[in-house]
Amino acid sequence: MSKENVLKVENVTMQFGGVIAVDNMNLTVDKGEIVSLIGPNGAGKTTAFNVITGVYAPTNGAVYFKGDKIIENHPQGKMKKLYQGENPVMYTGHHALAPTPDKITGMGIARTFQNIRLFKSQTVFENILIAKHLRRTSNIFTATFRLNAKEEARMRAESEELLRLMELEDVRDELATSLPYGKQRHLEIARALATKPELLLLDEPAAGMNPQETLELTQFIGRIRDEFGLTIFMIEHHMDLVMEISDRIYVLDFGKPIAEGTPEEVRNNPRVIEAYLGGAQDE
Amino acid sequence: MDWMSRNLPYLMAGISVGGQYALIAIGYTMVYGILRLINFAHGDIFMVAGLIVVYATTAMPIYIAIPLMIAATVFLGFLVERVAYKPLRSAPRMSIMISAIGVSYLLQNMALYVTGGLSQQYPAIPWISDTVTVFGATTKRVTLITPVLTIVLVVLLVFLIKKTKIGMAMRAASRDFETSQLMGIKINSVVSMTFIIGTFLAAIGSLLFFTNYTGVTPTAGAMPGLKAFVAAVFGGIGSIPGAVIGAFIIGICENIIKGLGWTTFSDAFTFALLIVILIAKPTGLFGEKVTDKV
Amino acid sequence: MSTKTKAVWNVGLIAALLGLLFLLEQVLPSGSMLFTVLKKGAIYALVAVSMNLLNGFTGLFSLGQAGFMLLGAYTYAILTIPVESRHSVYQYFDGGIIQFALPVPVALIAGGIVAAVFAYLIGLPVLRLKSDYLAIATLGFAEIIRAVFQWDKLGPLTNGSNLLRNFPSFKSVLYPFVVAGICIALIVMLINSTYGRAFKAIRDDEIAAEAMGINLARHKRLAFVISSFFAGISGGLLAMYQTTIQASMFKSAMTYEILLIVVIGGIGSVTGSCISSFLFIACSEWWLRFLDNENLYIGSFHVPFLRPGFRKVVFAVVIMVMVLFYRKGIMGTKEFSVEGVRNFFKKKLGGKRVTEGGASHE
Repeated sequence: MSKENVLKVENVTMQFGGVIAVDNMNLTVDKGEIVSLIGPNGAGKTTAFNVITGVYAPTNGAVYFKGDKIIENHPQGKMKKLYQGENPVMYTGHHALAPTPDKITGMGIARTFQNIRLFKSQTVFENILIAKHLRRTSNIFTATFRLNAKEEARMRAESEELLRLMELEDVRDELATSLPYGKQRHLEIARALATKPELLLLDEPAAGMNPQETLELTQFIGRIRDEFGLTIFMIEHHMDLVMEISDRIYVLDFGKPIAEGTPEEVRNNPRVIEAYLGGAQDE
Repeated sequence: MDWMSRNLPYLMAGISVGGQYALIAIGYTMVYGILRLINFAHGDIFMVAGLIVVYATTAMPIYIAIPLMIAATVFLGFLVERVAYKPLRSAPRMSIMISAIGVSYLLQNMALYVTGGLSQQYPAIPWISDTVTVFGATTKRVTLITPVLTIVLVVLLVFLIKKTKIGMAMRAASRDFETSQLMGIKINSVVSMTFIIGTFLAAIGSLLFFTNYTGVTPTAGAMPGLKAFVAAVFGGIGSIPGAVIGAFIIGICENIIKGLGWTTFSDAFTFALLIVILIAKPTGLFGEKVTDKV
Repeated sequence: MSTKTKAVWNVGLIAALLGLLFLLEQVLPSGSMLFTVLKKGAIYALVAVSMNLLNGFTGLFSLGQAGFMLLGAYTYAILTIPVESRHSVYQYFDGGIIQFALPVPVALIAGGIVAAVFAYLIGLPVLRLKSDYLAIATLGFAEIIRAVFQWDKLGPLTNGSNLLRNFPSFKSVLYPFVVAGICIALIVMLINSTYGRAFKAIRDDEIAAEAMGINLARHKRLAFVISSFFAGISGGLLAMYQTTIQASMFKSAMTYEILLIVVIGGIGSVTGSCISSFLFIACSEWWLRFLDNENLYIGSFHVPFLRPGFRKVVFAVVIMVMVLFYRKGIMGTKEFSVEGVRNFFKKKLGGKRVTEGGASHE
């Protein structure tokens, strides 16, 4: 592969007690790609996202971002005995690397949530402005005494600009939670973009949307990829959306990737049809 | 023998106080198990129970006063839940906790009004206040009765929860409040029953506790209440055996510390223990682990 | 209204308020209840706002405020008792181990710093705890601090369980107003800065805040330490107001009172906390006093039930009614502002022309 890997997930296993949610997952996302992760409910997709974004430390395995190892763990403590996954000794030589989610966001990976999580008492504008806190240079004293006026002005200007690009200007001062559902999804993406990510993880961005909204979202995702020079990795159930915009697709079943390829390849893969499409015709 | 007679009183006092804490702690742990509420007013209800005995015994014989006290305390517990907690059931958890603090403030101020702020002499209860001698150590009979009575009551309670229909409903409600409601469990009667049982045990605990002390003041319930809550956390909140074991451990440790001459720190020790347990094992000795969903 | 006019209005209002206070002091007798309420109210306003910074703006339910006030009060008192009085104050401890006295402002700030340092240390373990567990752990720490300060082995420093007295106090009501005013202004500036926005994000949704790159541990610690710093300063002011202090004053009941002030004012409103602390103190110390008077007659009717303590019962009932039926408190999460008042009247007078609410958001 000539292109640079932005994200590489290597032998990641996530085991909760005796339950394996993600089973030896390996995948890569290249720069500028839109890659989708699909699979039946409970296949471990969101868990995989939570591992990549630092919400959970994986039980075993490593995650790389732009070639640097950012997460690594091996079964230890109680898990040492309980572990049922593969490669149990592969990562034992190193110290565990488990940055908190804010560190991961700081590195340039931003995400949205399956069940929208906006700051509910804040306006649309404030929701975006909060995300600008990450790239500050001020400390608590300079910020309190307004010695950071220039930076503050820049944060505000950038947030306004983002509102304009995301077509949220007209609802700027509305409470975030008073927006219609589709707009809330847009706002969540806008807020993630405000952290200036290189890799954007979208967890079911089209959940609960009607076909018209889904179509708009499809164009929207393609547009932000180009405008912000992003790499996008997403979980999605709407097959039209996935087939339309994905460069590549990974299919997950029972925590294990069972297929990988272009939309065309995945569509015709018998294992996928059996595991996923066969079971849920309406999708 | 000398060592024995010197230290035995502390150990016995510890076991006795532990039993009294246990009876209060059950009220905390059951309420928390179902409503996820730290019932800050529980200790004050315990204090009110003490005051009722003080005033009732001036007007009637003790064998009427005590059942009356138990009935009145239970009614107070029931009333507090209906008036101050039930309307807030769907409100954020902080609101209901603040309401509990408000009830505590109200009960303390009412007691202040009634007593005029003076410590009220607790009457001597026949038989249980009598002095007895064990292994050369003199103590009140209540010291010996408390642990036995506590264990009998706890066994009865566990039986009630395991075997009866209302007990099953309580267990269901503490596992999943919303779902149990959907399953047709009459949640209001379950919650009321929880408060009734909790305050009943606190009323008994109050009788045993104040017999050992000279008087009842408006704030007399605050500290035993907090300690009983710590015992509940220590044992794993929501777990009845946990609360009982936690209460005995705290009661004994506290009295050993007093025996060592560190009385200033006997209260502080309890809180230090609380903080250690919260940090080392936040779910307590017997608690279940809960994880947040992202 | 532009930012500039707003600022002019605010400065004008503050100047008018201070002028009024100055005038009142010249006119009214110094023993007037009004001054008691104003002094104590200003001090409680500061500690209520500091608690609101935690509970209302950062969503950390902490009940340690009395403990941090104790630290501030003791630090202030220990550092300012004049050297010549130390022998009589520390009579059981040979005059204590500290044999110097610092100027008042330095000691007040030192009180804040001591409280902040303790908060930092306490915060390391307890800030990881969730909601009610955090509340109970901070309450526990406040109790531990109180016990430690009563320990006679520390007597040479803390005077054990004996009173501390003879330290400088204030006469004019302007003093607590100015000090508390400056501190509250600092807290407001913090809340309106990018850090304040981060605090509010944590309050609204911890998981989302963390995903937006906000370091939870660091920001919670900041809020906790800053809140405690100001609680410490208010403790120092309280010591000045009371002229004597003792560790047993700072019980958890004090924290509960402060919490109730915050709730009545509106969790998440600075001006709400200020207004409600004056109302709270006025009711409990002054306006309801008549309820304690056993010989109150209306015409020839002897009002029953009245005797010392009744005012506190009535007061507690009022608070319960507030908690149950006016859950948002006086201000909700809104702030009192000149603009808000102006819009309110415009709306009243001009009907539907002004669509904005009675008080401005944020």
